[in-house]
Amino acid sequence: MSSLAKDITPPSSGAPMVKAEGVHKSFGLSHILKGIDLEVLPREVFCLIGPSGSGKSTFLRCINHLEKISAGRLYVDGHLVGYRQHGDKLYELKEKEVAAQRRDIGMVFQRFNLFPHMTALENVMEAPIQVKRESRATARERAQRLLDRVGLGDRAGHYPSQLSGGQQQRVAIARALAMQPKLMLFDEPTSALDPELVGEVLDVMRDLAEDGMTMIVVTHEMGFAREVGDSLVFMDDGVVVESGHPRDVLTNPQHDRTKSFLSKVL
Amino acid sequence: MTDTVDKTPAPSVPPEQIKAIPVRHYGRWVSGVVVVALVVLIGIAFSNAKINYSVIPDYLFDQGIVAGAWTTLYISVLAMVLGVVLGVILAVMRLSSNPVTSTVSWFYIWFFRGTPVLVQLLLWYNIALVFPILNLGFYKDEMNQVMTPVLTALLGLGLNEAAYMSEIVRAGIQSVDEGQTEASHALGMTQGQTLRRVILPQAMRVIIPPTGNEFINMLKTSSLAYAVQLPELIKKATDISSTSLAVVEMYFVACIWYLFLTTIFSIVQYYIERRYARGSSRNLPPTPLQRLRKNLARWGSFRRPEVAR
Repeated sequence: MSSLAKDITPPSSGAPMVKAEGVHKSFGLSHILKGIDLEVLPREVFCLIGPSGSGKSTFLRCINHLEKISAGRLYVDGHLVGYRQHGDKLYELKEKEVAAQRRDIGMVFQRFNLFPHMTALENVMEAPIQVKRESRATARERAQRLLDRVGLGDRAGHYPSQLSGGQQQRVAIARALAMQPKLMLFDEPTSALDPELVGEVLDVMRDLAEDGMTMIVVTHEMGFAREVGDSLVFMDDGVVVESGHPRDVLTNPQHDRTKSFLSKVL
Repeated sequence: MTDTVDKTPAPSVPPEQIKAIPVRHYGRWVSGVVVVALVVLIGIAFSNAKINYSVIPDYLFDQGIVAGAWTTLYISVLAMVLGVVLGVILAVMRLSSNPVTSTVSWFYIWFFRGTPVLVQLLLWYNIALVFPILNLGFYKDEMNQVMTPVLTALLGLGLNEAAYMSEIVRAGIQSVDEGQTEASHALGMTQGQTLRRVILPQAMRVIIPPTGNEFINMLKTSSLAYAVQLPELIKKATDISSTSLAVVEMYFVACIWYLFLTTIFSIVQYYIERRYARGSSRNLPPTPLQRLRKNLARWGSFRRPEVAR
């Protein structure tokens, strides 16, 4: 099997890939994130766990500016997300500049969000052609290679409705990888899948981690977090309750809230 | 021997087919008879009416009528194209976060949907009262020279249609799951690319059926343009009836043409809908043509062995 390594853009320095400083997020009156501080290092697999409504998905969506943060600072690869700073003033980035920032950040959604009017191959080819202005031949060649890599080379001509949930999610991963991102965000990638299909998606993610991709994974798959994760954060009610190596946090939680959550999901 | 389970498969006896007496639908027979009786009665009434049916075939392919039908068709198509293009622009404006564009769009729809299309046609017809001279810088002429019946009808019908189309397109855009926009943005696509490549192609499935409806409406609404001297089907039919004294007969002729045009377009619409159904259902039902071909093939294969014998 060919490696995915050549599709990974190496990070520009040893500095953190993602750095959050006191990140807050409110929707109207509801305060979702209440001061998140964390660092994700290059080549790290960073797992976010916590009860639903704890703000982990919202935080993930802030990283590629699908949500605007209300306070604090959020950096990806040393660059402020969504804003430009001159002196002590922040300027909103234009739509095109935000789009340019997102190019380097792949995202995989809980509900796959494949484009239903395009075949698997066209889904993977779309962004490189539209965003990077790649030639069709180049895009097709890489798309086919990525589909082969996620084990769906023979499904290239299928529409999403003709694929199982696990297959759709693997196409979605290939689609994100086609932009050669330096960071991948996974928003509960296996939560919408039948139990027997979860494994095939986790296998692809495990391979990706082994190839050195920086990954932030919001998940309920504690087994995956323990085996593949380098860091783990337990969030509750908009704050980081506990963090550390997955093995330590999952087997020896210090905080009562973590203990009671883990006792329910493990 | 402890294992008493018989491992040999049961001999395959074909199951006895159910031969039940089907439910009798007496209501269908009764209502069918009533419908046939009504049709016959209406038919008798029409055939005894003081209508000279024999002139209808004579005028069906009359030069004036055919020219009128052609005018009806092309003005409808052009007005519809204008309506669709402008409707998409208005829908996007309406959904825009820019308050100026969304307000402009709102007022446009408010006015053009809220006033009769006949009045709008007459306003365009008399636009010279407001702008006696058309001056585009590179082109200058009297407005009355510029506003030919064709241009008047095109503007009147097309701009009115745009207001309706924009609401249809807006409904289509809003029917597409938000996750599609998010996925597209997450890949680094801009708002415009997202709209063009992701949203509109999916919105088409929702947009096309009511648009077909609008076009069929347009074919008939275009008859109002006879008020602005457009030589379309109704105007031609009326012109002929004033000399031939076959008034109702000429409207029958016009109706036959309208029915012909709407039938043709209904078939076109069916195929356009299939085109945009890609990826939505696992297997599309066969088209009537495919079904016919398949039936012919099956019939052929039934016949062949007999021929061989």
